[in-house]
Amino acid sequence: MKVTFLLNGETVEVDTPATQTLLDWLRVECGLTGTKEGCNEGDCGACSVVVTDRDSKRALNACILFMPQLHGKAVRTVEGISAPDGTLHPVQQAMVDHHGSQCGFCTPGFIASMAAGHADGRTDHDNVLAGNLCRCTGYAPIIRAAEAAAQMPVPVWMKEPALPTGPAPFAPDTLDVLAAWYAANPDATVIAGATDVGLWVTKQLRALDNVVFLNRCRDLQQITVTDDTITFGAGVTMVDVHNVLRDHHPSYAEMVRRYGSEQVRSAATIGGNIANGSPIGDNPPALIALGATLHLRHGDATRDITLQDFFVAYGKQDRAPGELVTGVTIPKSAPNLRVYKLSKRFDQDISAVCGAFNITLSDGKVTEAIIAFGGMAGTPQRAGRVEAALVGQPWSEATVKAAMPLFADDYTPMSDMRASADYRMKIAQNMLLRYFADLAGNPVSVLEVQP
Amino acid sequence: MSVGKSLPHDAGTLHVSGTARYIDDIPSPANTLHLAFGMSDCAAGTITSMNLDAVRAADGVVLVFIADDLPFANDVSPSAHDEPLLATGTIHYLGQPLFMVVATSHFAARKAARLGKIDVDEITPILTIDEALTADSRFEDGPRIWSKGDVDAALKDAPRRLSGTIEMGGQEHFYLEGQAALALPQEGGDMIVHSSTQHPTEIQHKVAEALGVPMHAVRCEVRRMGGGFGGKESQGNALAVGCAVAARATGQPCKMRYDRDDDMMITGKRHDFRISYDIGFDDDGRLTGVDFMQLTRCGWALDLSIPVADRAMLHADNAYLLPTARITSHRLKTNTQSATAYRGFGGPQGVLGIERVMDHIAADLGLDPVAVRQANYYAPIDGTPTTTGVSDQVKPNTTPYGMEITDFILHEMTERLLSDAKYTDRKAAVAAFNAANPVLKRGLGISPVKFGISFTLTHLNQAGALVHVYQDGSIHLNHGGTEMGQGLFQKIAQVAASRFGVDVSVIKITATDTAKVPNTSATAASSGTDLNGMAVQIACDKIRDRIAACVSEHHGGDVQFENGQVIAGDVSMTFAEAAMLAYTNRVSLSATGFYKTPDLSWDRIKGQGRPFYYFAQGIALTEVVIDTLTGENRVLRADVIHDAGASLNPALDVGQVEGGYVQGAGWLTTEELIWDGKGRLRTHAPSTYKIPATSDRPDVFNVSLWDAPNPAQTVYRSKAVGEPPFMLGISALMALSDAVAACGDAYPALDAPATPERILAAVDRVRT
Repeated sequence: MKVTFLLNGETVEVDTPATQTLLDWLRVECGLTGTKEGCNEGDCGACSVVVTDRDSKRALNACILFMPQLHGKAVRTVEGISAPDGTLHPVQQAMVDHHGSQCGFCTPGFIASMAAGHADGRTDHDNVLAGNLCRCTGYAPIIRAAEAAAQMPVPVWMKEPALPTGPAPFAPDTLDVLAAWYAANPDATVIAGATDVGLWVTKQLRALDNVVFLNRCRDLQQITVTDDTITFGAGVTMVDVHNVLRDHHPSYAEMVRRYGSEQVRSAATIGGNIANGSPIGDNPPALIALGATLHLRHGDATRDITLQDFFVAYGKQDRAPGELVTGVTIPKSAPNLRVYKLSKRFDQDISAVCGAFNITLSDGKVTEAIIAFGGMAGTPQRAGRVEAALVGQPWSEATVKAAMPLFADDYTPMSDMRASADYRMKIAQNMLLRYFADLAGNPVSVLEVQP
Repeated sequence: MSVGKSLPHDAGTLHVSGTARYIDDIPSPANTLHLAFGMSDCAAGTITSMNLDAVRAADGVVLVFIADDLPFANDVSPSAHDEPLLATGTIHYLGQPLFMVVATSHFAARKAARLGKIDVDEITPILTIDEALTADSRFEDGPRIWSKGDVDAALKDAPRRLSGTIEMGGQEHFYLEGQAALALPQEGGDMIVHSSTQHPTEIQHKVAEALGVPMHAVRCEVRRMGGGFGGKESQGNALAVGCAVAARATGQPCKMRYDRDDDMMITGKRHDFRISYDIGFDDDGRLTGVDFMQLTRCGWALDLSIPVADRAMLHADNAYLLPTARITSHRLKTNTQSATAYRGFGGPQGVLGIERVMDHIAADLGLDPVAVRQANYYAPIDGTPTTTGVSDQVKPNTTPYGMEITDFILHEMTERLLSDAKYTDRKAAVAAFNAANPVLKRGLGISPVKFGISFTLTHLNQAGALVHVYQDGSIHLNHGGTEMGQGLFQKIAQVAASRFGVDVSVIKITATDTAKVPNTSATAASSGTDLNGMAVQIACDKIRDRIAACVSEHHGGDVQFENGQVIAGDVSMTFAEAAMLAYTNRVSLSATGFYKTPDLSWDRIKGQGRPFYYFAQGIALTEVVIDTLTGENRVLRADVIHDAGASLNPALDVGQVEGGYVQGAGWLTTEELIWDGKGRLRTHAPSTYKIPATSDRPDVFNVSLWDAPNPAQTVYRSKAVGEPPFMLGISALMALSDAVAACGDAYPALDAPATPERILAAVDRVRT
């Protein structure tokens, strides 16, 4: 595929295999070895680079970023974050001054994330840097550096020249074209952010010959907010989902803040998280609890289903070959929605269990209850018996405690490296108790406790 | 004088601009080949056939090696010659290298390495401590046992008794730069090896054995590692040897770097331990006797497990005078990765054993855990106990291995920490919070560390240096230590600059190179600065004295070196002018330096002697909060005072303390290694193995150095600082235990790592 983009301010045109990663291209083909490979799966951030498109400037993991995704964008590696004359960017100088590097191997990735955050005026450094692992410093000096650099202006050289507009490799730019193409090529691999498919290449070493990239399809990137609903196009990245959720569904937003990392959220799409059908995807429980409607399209035919019906069984979804997930619609308001993500580490960790709770109360009684979990079954799934035990009852601790054992009728979780089956079950039950305390206004999150 | 200044890391600017070179960044010739290992998919058995046809036929494959193809030694062990590079028929663990692919690209080699068809006559692997005990699968003939006094009598007569067990998991190093090596074949069969290693001489040695050449034919160079933490003390041998053998066979440069998953599947990790204790103590919590049983899984090969397990025994006392003690250590052989060196080298496990004991005593007696610790501390330097110090009846002030403690400063450090961190007020605040909050509970935990400095294999306590002064006054610095991020090179450059009275910018720091300084010890045991700094000081002083003699001959008087000037009486010249003067007067401006640590003697079989030159000390207080419904938890605040002697570079030393604390806390909280029933490591990537992330550091993190000169005669009276602060992370586990204890009356007996799952289980235990 022929791809044109800016690399450190210079236009490059590359003929590249569809699944060539940016990291390998930089290091092997260009000899730009400043960007490092730490894990080759998007979990450590050592390969972070700054990517600018017409909407934003973001840090992305180059190890799971395919070259065709870059067409028409600008890439800035650590080599291009300092000025052409070698003058250091403020974040680079601050990292030297505050002893923010020890072994230095993670440092270029930190620099990329810090520079992207700096350009955006970000001061929530823990969020900006959640996707960058450092094993030496304990992070304290890095945060001191980020705080110091925040006062400094963005250097002029960080402004990209006009983005190139050359002819794109085949990547449908309208939904009509995409839907027609996919219906005719149902065996193709659909790639949105590549945060999952990237690993098929870097870890499973799979050759993907027939792929289609969604990132140029603006029709899929729309966010529509009406009086009652919010509709996310399937191609909306999780960063943008987060920005919208913050205003309408704060608990769900807080979960998304911990979903992957800044780099992952900037690439991953909500449609991808749904369509890949993982039993531990973090969006589906929340979306199911919101009664989300999923939009699908096959050629010219569209249909809507409730999200919970999409997940048929482990590895099986209600999606025909050649059919696309095009978006998802949720209610704009759900004041009782709470979403609890449980993992060994708060940031950048896959959930052991993710629970979403949404009850409707009338005169102190539960009139409707939706409880959905990831990590408790082969698919994201509702706790029907628990819900039934709550509906019609007064919303009290006694009701909650009576309902808790019924999770054992709804789920048979498994044991793996993230959690044992027993622990998963206990957590599901206790999360209902937490939900009760939470709605009553009691503190339930260790993240909200101040030293 | 540049010593004592908080200068940035020497490579800081290179790090932040992406121009610091690691192995995979070194420009290599276009015909460089790339290697990957084919790995075992089962944990134990005998290979009955290996069909590698598909491997050989794969795109880009140049050559495939099995054990029989190796020309000379098939061994990458650092100790016992029990670690074949490629399996010789017996499979010892899941992930073991069986064959080696040489291909035209890294990707092609990885891809081909998965195509082997290996038939194995599988046997049931020995995976756990209990399975190894049952099978009597162990290293050495039986357990090592060291004793002090009559512990059985002491336990029998003790006013109070307790027993318990703590399990503590291992730890993946997760150096950000994975293992890597590059071999460049030279004329006449010589080999240059670039390796990401803490031990260049060992690389040279193992490569020479594998090539059937003397060590002089192999040169190993190491500019820097992207993190080591002990994981590159021996674990880089396989890659360097593999590359050298393949380079010899093909005549082409060969490079190997492990993909992260391969790295975690193949290489060793920190030893996990189960430590049981049977203790006697009085009503004040003072120990009268301790009987420890230490059980550790060493994995399939010996590697460094003997000295690791020894060091766990040597730190079973930590900061406490044990009037009587018995420490029994079983080194168990299992079909898992061969556990290896990791920051602290067994010390943290030994320390955690006795810290658990202190915590358990405090809970049993309802005493403050700090007070119990103070009551058991060794006596202070001047021998007069502080208000809380040890009583006369338990003197002399000796360790279980018979070494007298003469430099104990934790009484004073503890008092200062309690005061600076407002311990008493915060303890009350935590109690008030817990009374008001049914779901969330806070906890406070304290832990001191007293860490012995020196290699316990006494002959390793030596180092060499090579220093050149050029005629323009610039200085070339080389020594046997390696740079893995700890700032060793900068600290030693500051020593060299101080000896010559010049600015540190005059010193050129150069890559560690076995052709410049031979027979080096690993940069390990926190000894890098102590050993190499002294060797450099000695080399610099030789040259300085020669220059001084020359200057004095021409200008008379005493000669001083300061502020870049060389001053003799009324005459002052620049250092460069003095160097030129010496050069034109035919004075040698190059010197080697050699240092060996004095006053060491150690009998590891008897467990008696003086294995350490001195002790580095520190103390930490940590506050946490837990969620009693889920076990979720986080560190809110840590206050640390650490003893780096007279620090050579306070900023770099604080960096070691901050980083060590967080890594230590990670070991005991989020970092969990899980093997399944087949012996497959299930946590073999950062997606499943969770080291601390940015937000996991303490919200409030107060770190200060205890700035007092080392009584031992170390370089500028500094102290080693690499490993000791790692153990301060133990205070996080103690704090979590304290928070759990707020839920009920029983002792939490919290194992590590204290994941949310283990914390919730402990909450349930104390509630019932």
